[in-house]
Amino acid sequence: MNIMNILRRPRAVGCEPVVDTRPLWVRRFGAAVERYIGAERLGLVLALIALSIFLGVWEPGKFLRPVNLMNIALAISITGLVAIAETMVMISGGLDVSVGAIVGLSSVCAAMAMVLTDAPLASALASLSLTEPTFQTVHITLHVIVGVLAGLVMGVVAGGINGLLVTVGRMNPVITTLATVSVFSGAAYITTGGQAVGVINDAFNSIGNGRVWGIPIPVLILLVIAVVIGVFLSRTDIGRNVYAMGGNPAAARLAGINLDRYKLGIYILCGLICGLAGVISTARTNSGIPTTTQTDLNFQAITAAVLGGTALAGGKGTVVGTLLGVLIIGTLNNGMIILNVQTFYQMVARGLLLIFAVLLQDWRLRQR
Amino acid sequence: MSIPDTGRRNREVGEPLFEARSISKFFPNVCALDDVSLEVYPGEILALIGENGAGKSTFLRILNGDYQPDRGQLRYAGQVVSFASPRQAHQSGIRVIYQEPELVPTLSVAENIYIGELPRHGRFVDWGRLYREARAQLGQFGFAEEIPPDKMAGDLTPAQRQLVEIVKALKAGVRLLALDEPTSSLSDEEAQRLFTIVRQLRQEGVAIIYVSHRLREIVQLADRVAVLRDGKLVAVVPASQAKEDELVRLMVGRELTAIFERKPHIRPEVVLSVEGLCAPGLRDITFQVRRGEVVGFAGLVGAGRTDLAKALFGCVPLTAGQIKVDGQPVILRSPADAMAAGIGFTAEDRKQEALFPSLSVRDNVSLCILERIRSWRFVQRRREAEIVRHFVDKLKVRTPSIAQEVSKLSGGNQQKVVLARWLAREPRLLILDEPTRGIDVGAKAEIYQLIRGLAADGLGIIFISSELPEVLGVSDRIIVMQAGRITGELLASEATEEAVLRLAMVDHLRREGLPTDSMASVERSVL
Repeated sequence: MNIMNILRRPRAVGCEPVVDTRPLWVRRFGAAVERYIGAERLGLVLALIALSIFLGVWEPGKFLRPVNLMNIALAISITGLVAIAETMVMISGGLDVSVGAIVGLSSVCAAMAMVLTDAPLASALASLSLTEPTFQTVHITLHVIVGVLAGLVMGVVAGGINGLLVTVGRMNPVITTLATVSVFSGAAYITTGGQAVGVINDAFNSIGNGRVWGIPIPVLILLVIAVVIGVFLSRTDIGRNVYAMGGNPAAARLAGINLDRYKLGIYILCGLICGLAGVISTARTNSGIPTTTQTDLNFQAITAAVLGGTALAGGKGTVVGTLLGVLIIGTLNNGMIILNVQTFYQMVARGLLLIFAVLLQDWRLRQR
Repeated sequence: MSIPDTGRRNREVGEPLFEARSISKFFPNVCALDDVSLEVYPGEILALIGENGAGKSTFLRILNGDYQPDRGQLRYAGQVVSFASPRQAHQSGIRVIYQEPELVPTLSVAENIYIGELPRHGRFVDWGRLYREARAQLGQFGFAEEIPPDKMAGDLTPAQRQLVEIVKALKAGVRLLALDEPTSSLSDEEAQRLFTIVRQLRQEGVAIIYVSHRLREIVQLADRVAVLRDGKLVAVVPASQAKEDELVRLMVGRELTAIFERKPHIRPEVVLSVEGLCAPGLRDITFQVRRGEVVGFAGLVGAGRTDLAKALFGCVPLTAGQIKVDGQPVILRSPADAMAAGIGFTAEDRKQEALFPSLSVRDNVSLCILERIRSWRFVQRRREAEIVRHFVDKLKVRTPSIAQEVSKLSGGNQQKVVLARWLAREPRLLILDEPTRGIDVGAKAEIYQLIRGLAADGLGIIFISSELPEVLGVSDRIIVMQAGRITGELLASEATEEAVLRLAMVDHLRREGLPTDSMASVERSVL
């Protein structure tokens, strides 16, 4: 806390004008931090650094190994995508607790589509009388496209259902998505008969397990989506209208914003990103799993967004903040595994983290 | 700086009930109260006035236990006190009633009055006794008929809600009652009723602190007037000796001469023409607005002026009639349609319907022009900043930077930000619904000048206000409404407050058989 006070511009306590007596380099450094990280997120960065130092000192042999750090990055890639989607919905004044279910359903859909189209695709290609290597390449490529598209389309459909219920049905977003969690998860179980669906296609599986320049592909995908959504929210007119509608829906309507169209769009975009997360999840585990790899994906996504400063009431939040939130959660999860904390205690710790995040947000609001 | 008290207090009681001694309150970068000493006596109405940001709200919050003073001492009933919470202040008999009364809308009036201590039979609520006692409480002020105790609080009018708050405070044995801008959402008639009640309370020995922007009612009602400016107490004057312009001078620290400049700028072209408009709450509305003309809409609260504004802005569908903008018939299905037709609208309720409190000044101003300053889909940040700065300068918005969160600005500056948003769109017609509500005198004067300046630039303006002096002062022509229809139209040159009020209450006057046509007006189409 002391460091933060030094970095902050001094504030008036009495009625006398304030003189900034800090050394020039501190002032410059403080200004740079404020500009590039943002004063509100500075605490998160410091928390992350403190957590890393603690784990690094406690278990240097385990935590600081590059493999472990890469594991953290890989582990948060799916959570990160979902958290970004959730941040967007929350900024617009909504909440989607069905994100985890959409990931599961999309994951299953991608796998099922690939399994079901395997034989028909092969026989269709066989009639083209291609040479064996070409046949293999075309078959695999088409197969990958089918799988990816199926996952994404499923995400869009699921998001669209949420969006239509919220806009046309005028339903409360939390209740809507609470209901669709059950619908989507049920649909996923029905599709697979409750089993995991295996996928054997190296090209497809490399989406989840491959690397480019030594960086896992899921991490790259997360970074690309973060940049795209970050720019979308902060730089485009659509994004700015999303903040406005979350900040004050009545005023946004009177400013000519078509709220229903925006909400529908946001839920669909959220579904699409969750669909992408579902595809990655299938590719990583070589199978579509209806329960999703992490049942508490919703929970982690919301925790990350709130920790990163996204307002529960809407109108506030950034992708950068959410990414920091995801990093903290990922590091904490990893640290607890390294320190051999039992699973049930981990659950308690995650719950406490969400409570802490909400309290922190409330405290920040009252500070001003 | 306190001037000897020679007010017309009803009872001369030696000891003040409440006394603030040299209290100060600091916030980051602001000194909200600076060495303020003020006392209230039982059976006295003390008016507290000052521009927004002068420290009135802070004073009330300290009184209420919301804030603790950083320096100084509070004395209540002869003892040094410090209230840690509003609850403690309530228990000592201090009650602050804010602009928006805090009733539970889904509970009945009686339950609201007795909330927390409902009369009981064993474990069960004694409904019979509850309603009987609530009716008796309301009956003290002669409102038992008008406000049935079993009515839902959410169905009450603002005036009735305020009354219920007062009854609730009295039932709890209030000794010091503070009212924060109680008349801001009341009609003149309702305000008069409130004054009767406040006087009745004074008679009963309650000490009353009355915060208001309306100087006329203060002079009429209060015993003493305390003036705050920039956190300092600049004067305490007996109301009997106070003059409105003198109070204004004390509040702003400068002379406000010629608030209203009214050189006509009316041009022949008709911007807006409304014929036979009917919509929910509106009947057969016909009028025109020319370029450069300010048309004032007067009427009592509930006369349908806001409904008309919303209908013209595409918020509610018309059931009949036609709207033409620049001679072209337009169909307005949504605010977006109205904006495309060149109409701008600042809503009456700034916090609920106009402002984005969590966003910056920049985002608030540029919101409606984003589609004009984007290349492909990206907002051109530099151009946006230029435009926003231009309007912030033009409207003299006082803000440290355009990145400032708008919720931190004062009411007047927030209103200017909302105005800037619409001016940036360069509309043909601007509908201003109560643009000066809850803002201080200085900012009001600036907004009047701005409206006249916009008219000079050729904008057509519909100016809705419940404050008659400003409607008369700013408008070129005044249209008066009652019960969803137009009851008359007056040229500003021939309008008087009396003439406007007669038209605004034409139905009541008819019912009582009083003359309604004794003024030089163009009274029309009374169905």
